[in-house]
Amino acid sequence: MTKVRENYVRPLDLKQGRVDMTHGSGGRAMAQLIEELFAKHLDNEFLRQGNDGSVLPPLTLGGRLVMSCDGHVVSPLFFPGGDIGCLSVHGTVNDVAVMGAKPLYLAASFILEEGLPLADLAKIVESMAKAAKEAGVAVVTGDTKVVEAGKADGVFISTTGVGVLPDGVALSGDRARPGDVILLSGTIGDHGMAIMAQRESLGFSAPIVSDTAALHGLIEAMLATGADIRCLRDPTRGGLATTLNEIARQSGVGMMLDEAAIPVNPEVAAACEFLGLDPLYVANEGKLIAIVAEGDADKVLAAMRTHPQGARAVRIGRVHEDAHHFVQMTTGFGGRRIVDWLTGEQLPRIC
Amino acid sequence: MKYVDEFRDGKLARGLAAAIATEAAPACRYSFMEFCGGHTHAISRYGVTDLLPANVRMVHGPGCPVCVLPIGRVDMAIELALEHGVILCTYGDCLRVPASDGLSLMKAKARGGDVRMVYSSADALKIAQDNPGRQVVFFAIGFETTTPPTAVVIRQAAALGLENFSVLCCHVLTPSAISNILESPGVRELGTVPLDGFIGPAHVSTVIGYAPYEFFAEEFRKPVVIAGFEPLDVMQAILMLVRQVNQGRAEVENEFSRAVSRDGNLKAQNLVSEIFELRREFEWRGLGLVPYSALKIRREYARFDAETRFPLGYRSVADNKACECGAILRGVKRPQDCKLFGTVCTPENPIGSCMVSSEGACAAHYTYGRYKDAR
Repeated sequence: MTKVRENYVRPLDLKQGRVDMTHGSGGRAMAQLIEELFAKHLDNEFLRQGNDGSVLPPLTLGGRLVMSCDGHVVSPLFFPGGDIGCLSVHGTVNDVAVMGAKPLYLAASFILEEGLPLADLAKIVESMAKAAKEAGVAVVTGDTKVVEAGKADGVFISTTGVGVLPDGVALSGDRARPGDVILLSGTIGDHGMAIMAQRESLGFSAPIVSDTAALHGLIEAMLATGADIRCLRDPTRGGLATTLNEIARQSGVGMMLDEAAIPVNPEVAAACEFLGLDPLYVANEGKLIAIVAEGDADKVLAAMRTHPQGARAVRIGRVHEDAHHFVQMTTGFGGRRIVDWLTGEQLPRIC
Repeated sequence: MKYVDEFRDGKLARGLAAAIATEAAPACRYSFMEFCGGHTHAISRYGVTDLLPANVRMVHGPGCPVCVLPIGRVDMAIELALEHGVILCTYGDCLRVPASDGLSLMKAKARGGDVRMVYSSADALKIAQDNPGRQVVFFAIGFETTTPPTAVVIRQAAALGLENFSVLCCHVLTPSAISNILESPGVRELGTVPLDGFIGPAHVSTVIGYAPYEFFAEEFRKPVVIAGFEPLDVMQAILMLVRQVNQGRAEVENEFSRAVSRDGNLKAQNLVSEIFELRREFEWRGLGLVPYSALKIRREYARFDAETRFPLGYRSVADNKACECGAILRGVKRPQDCKLFGTVCTPENPIGSCMVSSEGACAAHYTYGRYKDAR
């Protein structure tokens, strides 16, 4: 009798094993990685179809599709409050959600670097699965490539999100009008400084925790008020300052912010001070800005504050007419200044 | 944040603003130069000028280490990275300084130069230790504040016997620059601005103390107030300057007493003089050749001097003809007086050095204050 066991493949060594070039070759090793790691954790009826693409059900409730994609290259891969896995879900879910859409599906593409510990990859995929479940989205298709050691940095993840936008909802960066109120859902700078503190090994007694989170729940609560919300946006790279400048330019308006009203956690403020950074330009991954018609601002603010992710929501300024589209700020000190676009690169590889 | 918020308190600022408005004589015009880019940045960032009466004018000085760095020195750093294949380490601000042939260190990096941003000189030394097979050069710039850390790594490199570490030394000296603005015939030819007093450096003075300014306060009859970099420090210093002018005094006063003493940090001074000596002259952007205004590495430590280790020549390169950085650095012109300002010269695409560093007068005005020019 033969000792050959048909199709035997030794299980992945998730303790000591590392990604090698065969994991991207299209052969058995890749199939095994997909089965034992990706499919296992991200499992859903669409992924189980096992085809090159997933066939999705028709939209029965009407509405239009919203699609967005986001690449993730954060370094380090693991940081207080999250990791590249959950970040790659939150980033894309939020981009779909701030359009006013309900996020439904994700596609994920992984670029793995030869040598990445499989244990790290497993942790990342588990974290992705958990984040997707919490956000109510299914990862319906994916792809894996492996590049030689030194050609990437552990793992890069690109995700594409699809959501459905209910009829009648129209949020857009070009809808801000003079008189509108600018709302912010909470403290700024937490994600960027969590990464930076980790990278620079700043030994703070209380570690700065990233705010990475999916915002669809908060947004649902805001939209449910029926208020005239002109635009929602999550201030990621470039921070609050850059995002507001984008909206000001798109809408052809100016803005005046009140520095004293903008919440910053004390440890974030301290780390920024230490590194010479301005929290207005530091990335967030679980915050949003809402531009709301003046009469509806209190209603939306109240709705935000009832949701855990908006508990510290505040009114931070107003939209006004300005041919130059300047975002300005009255400083806590009593002066006035421009809050400009971010220049150059403040913190590379933040998300 | 404790020990920081106290120095940015809006209520105290309004009190100081009221005092300045009361004490500044309506018939007088007061022009004060804040020498340091740190002050320039604080003034713009917090909107300090909005709290000053119209007859108190702040003139931005040349105290931004990146801004005064001549193109020729940046060219040397680029040459090291591209021609000599070294790992070139420097502070982040230096990366975008425009150099010859449309290059900058950032662009040299994109062309394959191994240029790395470091937060401290110690990081550069560590890179040298981690890469024994590569030559590592620390492009050292800055005033007296950043000089001691450079001295420390040179001494450490000597102690470790590191053969692959050297420093391209571009450290410059504050007092000689201030004297130069006030007295040099060369600068007078270029044009100067009447000044009634100086806000003296904060961090520089923690190292050198305030005694070095006593000479020119007396010699040139100009009051100097050493001030911290927080906006309330600046306001307080302006009030102290107004009082000195009103009372006909020209003294060195120390507003930054929480960090600055008369003699400064003697340990740091000794270390600096152990490693460095005066250069006979050094080119400053905007000021031209200024005698005894910079440091070079002493002969005993010459093996850590990149100018000795590599065949590098210094070539003086003129600024873009339309660029007013020179006049702006001397306080003769304001950023908005330059034709290039905000048109072809912006923080994204700087033509002149004053647009590069956040401490530069042009970048500060562009980033925080240009709404004032918009009509």
